[in-house]
Amino acid sequence: MKILLVFAALVAAAYSEQLFVGDQVLRITASDEEQITLLRVLGEQAELQLDFWRHPTSPGYPADLRVPFPSLQAVKIFLESNSISYSIMIEDVQELLDEEKKSMMKSRRIERSTNMFDFASYHTIEEIYDWMDMLVDDHPSLVSKIEIGQSYENRPLYVLKFSTGGSNRPAIWLDTGIHSREWITQATGIWTANKIAEEYGQDPSITSILDSMDIFFEIITNPDGFAFTHSSNRMWRKTRSINTGSRCVGVDPNRNWDAGFGGSGSSSNPCSETYRGPYAHSESEVKAVVDFISSHGNMKSVISIHSYSQMLLFPYGYTRVPAPDHQELNELAKKAVSDLAAVYGTKYTYGSIVDTIYMADGTTVDWAYDNGVKYSFTFELRDTGRYGFLLPSNQIIPTATETWPALLDIMVHVLENPY
Amino acid sequence: EAAMELPPSHYPASRAAALATGYACYRRGSPGRGLALRAVRRARRQDIDDVGHKYHLELVLEDILDKDSTVNCTAEVLYHLGNKNIAPDVQFTIEGELKNTDEADNIFYNRIKTLEKELVAENIPDSHGNVSPEMEPIHLLAWVASGYVIWQNSKENTKFQLAQIKHVKQVKRSDEYLEFDYLILLHEMVSQEIIPWQMRVLWHPQHGVQVTQDSRQPKQASE
Repeated sequence: MKILLVFAALVAAAYSEQLFVGDQVLRITASDEEQITLLRVLGEQAELQLDFWRHPTSPGYPADLRVPFPSLQAVKIFLESNSISYSIMIEDVQELLDEEKKSMMKSRRIERSTNMFDFASYHTIEEIYDWMDMLVDDHPSLVSKIEIGQSYENRPLYVLKFSTGGSNRPAIWLDTGIHSREWITQATGIWTANKIAEEYGQDPSITSILDSMDIFFEIITNPDGFAFTHSSNRMWRKTRSINTGSRCVGVDPNRNWDAGFGGSGSSSNPCSETYRGPYAHSESEVKAVVDFISSHGNMKSVISIHSYSQMLLFPYGYTRVPAPDHQELNELAKKAVSDLAAVYGTKYTYGSIVDTIYMADGTTVDWAYDNGVKYSFTFELRDTGRYGFLLPSNQIIPTATETWPALLDIMVHVLENPY
Repeated sequence: EAAMELPPSHYPASRAAALATGYACYRRGSPGRGLALRAVRRARRQDIDDVGHKYHLELVLEDILDKDSTVNCTAEVLYHLGNKNIAPDVQFTIEGELKNTDEADNIFYNRIKTLEKELVAENIPDSHGNVSPEMEPIHLLAWVASGYVIWQNSKENTKFQLAQIKHVKQVKRSDEYLEFDYLILLHEMVSQEIIPWQMRVLWHPQHGVQVTQDSRQPKQASE
């Protein structure tokens, strides 16, 4: 009877709309089976909205009970009048939640700010894809992310679009990482994309460029290859497509474009690092870019970034015949490498692909050029062979820093020479 | 048969220059000194009937461990016509003195000589380009020794560089020499191939670097 009265009192306790303010968590220790039963029955009173974090099971073992503020007094009276011992484990649940939320947001903010991203290290594909989302979050009116297709292994192919508005403005295309082992390129791509976003509104050149043109930047152009360089073979260059009838995997994505396709500057052997593929644009990674640039229809420059050799190259690679715009491209390359060298003294050579480095057919820039994109350039970043593909991460920021003025030279020239 | 002037920064001059540098590095290098090509100042080519193509080069070489330390080098590279198995002939002269590395060489020599267990290491540099200070002489020794392999296997349409040491194991010796068995990866620029190559390297501070045995290895089937 007495128990029922006490329960009635408890039931009368008002309930609150507030979530956890003033709620407490009590640690209750029943001393015998009768007290266990009392606690169970107490918990069954729905109006009290009691919440056992740890249920009463046997005497001597603590039960933890969250008690909403309005029910506190009644529950304490109940426990005391039944000589059930308890202590206050959490004085105010909401306060605790607020603290936790604050510290979570703090660490999230550290992760989530692109300013805290470590540009001086090499990153995994997941880290880079996460960083891309952060860049978009931090510069929502300038940067957006587009998926232009999927890789052979169904990874998304992401392009960052830098635009201040307009509709289908004349645009510049940049890509890094088409050859996955060239890690300095993806790393430079991240730094450069960040730089573009940061400098809009600060640096006069990039500001004028973005005020009338768009920039499209594909940082991980060959994600399957890139993942493979992390998981299995640091020296992997090609895509990861299966070649029918061969145990060898992959196609050289920079021999797969429909420009002089199938010549002596590429291989017909699937086991070769310069295997051209079964036909032009067979690789989904290449096709996605071809389709994007073609349907865009207003691309004025394609800049494809590779390593290593320290060179700035332009068409052609598939023929010794000079490109019609050879002289203009050569002059622009000369200026760009001079401004690059001015930063840290890094010397680049420049010229057409076929004259400077070797014969290569089916390349990105030759395709772009033959499809009307006059200002098509390939960079070969640091170094000249001392470390080659394994460029130490402490050279990432210097490499990106010195390349920036060279990129600006090209982009400014594109802006000032519409066609 | 007159010599034709070549653009120094483009191929084929750059390929001949890389070969000459590799050879010079092999002849003059040590775990304390590696030479790398800084620049090609001038290049000429002579086509000699029934013999081959001879390149006359004026190079600037730099000390890998001290970029500000450079020397001028003149070199002649003769690629033989026809027979594909003869290594090119290389002659070179270095102007001036190379830095003395006796102290560093002796420190390294004694360090290895007094190791309790034979040295074993792999992936130098690692994926991020790191080489620990203790491994730097091992790295340089491979760089020097690879100059021999590069020299022996170069053609006019190849350009080799050491890409990475996959594996190195010290070979126990009863005499005063140090010996290492290396598995290296060479990067060939024109074909873009990564070629595994095994080499046995002998070294002594007073006797220079010698590759006593080497063999091309097959590419891994899974790659």
